[in-house]
Amino acid sequence: MPILTYRDALNQALREEMERDPNVFLMGEEVGVYQGAYKVSRGLLESFGEKRVVDTPITELGFAGVGVGAAMVGLRPVIEFMTWNFALLALDQIINSAAKMLYMSGGQVPIPIVFRGPGGAARQLGAQHSQAFESWYAHIPGLKVVTPATPADAKGLLKSAIRDNNPVIFLEGEMLYNMKGEVPEGEHLVPLGLADVKREGSDVTIICHSKTVIPCEKAATALAEQHGVSAEVIDLRSIRPLDTETILASVRKTNRCVIVEEGWPFCGVGAQVVDEIQRVAFDDLDAPVIRVTGADVPMPYNKALERATKPNVDSIIEAVKTVSYMD
Amino acid sequence: MPTPPTSVPALDRSRLDFYRGLLRQMLVIRRFEEKAAEAYALGKIGGFCHLYIGQEAVAVGSIAALRHDDYLMCSYREHGHALARGMSSRTVMAELFGKATGCSRGKGGSMHIFDASKGFLGGHAIVGGHIPLVTGAAFAIKYRAGDQVAVAYYGEAAVNNGAFHEALNMAALWKLPAIYLCENNRYGMGTALERASAIYDIAQRACSYDMIAETVDGMDVLAVYEATARAVKRAREGHLPTLLEVRTYRFMGHSMSDPIHGHYRTREEVDEQKKKDPIPALFHRLEAAGLMTQADYDALDAHVLAEVDAAVKFADESPEPDADQLYADVYSA
Repeated sequence: MPILTYRDALNQALREEMERDPNVFLMGEEVGVYQGAYKVSRGLLESFGEKRVVDTPITELGFAGVGVGAAMVGLRPVIEFMTWNFALLALDQIINSAAKMLYMSGGQVPIPIVFRGPGGAARQLGAQHSQAFESWYAHIPGLKVVTPATPADAKGLLKSAIRDNNPVIFLEGEMLYNMKGEVPEGEHLVPLGLADVKREGSDVTIICHSKTVIPCEKAATALAEQHGVSAEVIDLRSIRPLDTETILASVRKTNRCVIVEEGWPFCGVGAQVVDEIQRVAFDDLDAPVIRVTGADVPMPYNKALERATKPNVDSIIEAVKTVSYMD
Repeated sequence: MPTPPTSVPALDRSRLDFYRGLLRQMLVIRRFEEKAAEAYALGKIGGFCHLYIGQEAVAVGSIAALRHDDYLMCSYREHGHALARGMSSRTVMAELFGKATGCSRGKGGSMHIFDASKGFLGGHAIVGGHIPLVTGAAFAIKYRAGDQVAVAYYGEAAVNNGAFHEALNMAALWKLPAIYLCENNRYGMGTALERASAIYDIAQRACSYDMIAETVDGMDVLAVYEATARAVKRAREGHLPTLLEVRTYRFMGHSMSDPIHGHYRTREEVDEQKKKDPIPALFHRLEAAGLMTQADYDALDAHVLAEVDAAVKFADESPEPDADQLYADVYSA
């Protein structure tokens, strides 16, 4: 199987879907001539022309709305935000227009659109460029929220998102673009709403998504090797719809759970997952569920302070030890 | 307010049916809105309800210049546009009543009237929020090499927000077949235009985008029709957008919860504007030209009143949405 970067896997998904369906087009800042701020759209302008790879002014509200308007009359736009930080300016179009149009029109006007771009913190980009917004969008009925953690999932989920008839919030990991992995060729579709058990285990469930999958897998390896703990690692892949079936099956098996996310703790993704678990599988739990999250602060610039905000292998291991009543 | 620089088009006697149609549509909207106000007072209509009384010539004149496959999007003051677009008064009234028979199945309400089959793509309730959507529909038209037109209706207060600026800039930059029809009724809720905008003449905003603009007398349905027809021609034939500033006036309060004049305008001002009421204005022109008599008008009005009464009866007697509709249409299959 070919080895691709996460970036090139996304590029392949875009290329294949644009070849398959002439209604699919890509629009955003620097997607064309510049080849993409993160080079996800490299070569697409040359292949598909200016009509289908559309450079926009710096106007997130405006071009998000243009995408929704085009979707209202039958096109299937892929709207790239250079980063999800800038999409705050487009929230009115995402929430008030895209998410609600089908419902408030009594089912008449579906919005098949993908909003995509990098989310989460990178390295020392400071407070306004280092934010994980999954929980914001997942709060909104009418939106789907997808967070691929691997190159194969990046391709398979993006292809499914483009074919979905709903607005899909597609949050790529800014730190994952260079990650390499096996990516199936051609028709590789990963359904939205299906978690992936990255590693099977019997003692504790570690739930994660996007780039926290990497430290969670490392933590699971260390737990097995150094502490004799068998951890099951679940990559949610989709935040909404949430694969509660896979989550609950795992927790019923392990009886212990740690939830890891890069975002802030208050009203975070993990808070929703905890709710699902305690409501349905309370009697299966041998310990309270613990969350490992980003620190509840705006992102500091200083390297050491920034590192201190992020979930890491050690903090995940500590959480597992806590729910396992070790130490 | 200075008189807009538009001439009054001469009546063409061969187009009597067209004129009567415009008059009829304006009357339908007027009587519909009067009935909506009554129903609101009776608690049959909830939420916010923004009436179009006084502005009828804008929707009627402009929509008459459109084709059946063109796209329209409006603000939340859109009952009149829906009716002018040919949606039945029954389905619109039923939507106001929140009934299952409403155009949006009772889930949209007064501010979210939709009929996709007529290209009527909504009332939208965030000021200016739908203007980029219209740019998007126009983008799609050009993408498919079509010759349709996309029209945005919004009030003058919307031109001060970013969505308007961003949407018009892109439409001009990309030469999209859109018409940005500003219904300048002089007040954004209770804030007068001159208290909100550094530029009084909205049409001047088009200079920022190198876009063609016209200022039109919105109390003259034929002037609105002619100006829109020119904009439609530019859009269809040249994929060029237009900013139309249509000067009109709202005879009622901002919404049903406001008094007619409030603190922000005087009764005298409202009374003065009512002298320009577009409905008698058209009728008197037809009458003066010998094309219509008072008896004709009264018969037409009676007919319209009967239609609107039937719409109210239909809405009142229609069923509520089924409880299981609560979770329907959150997501598309």
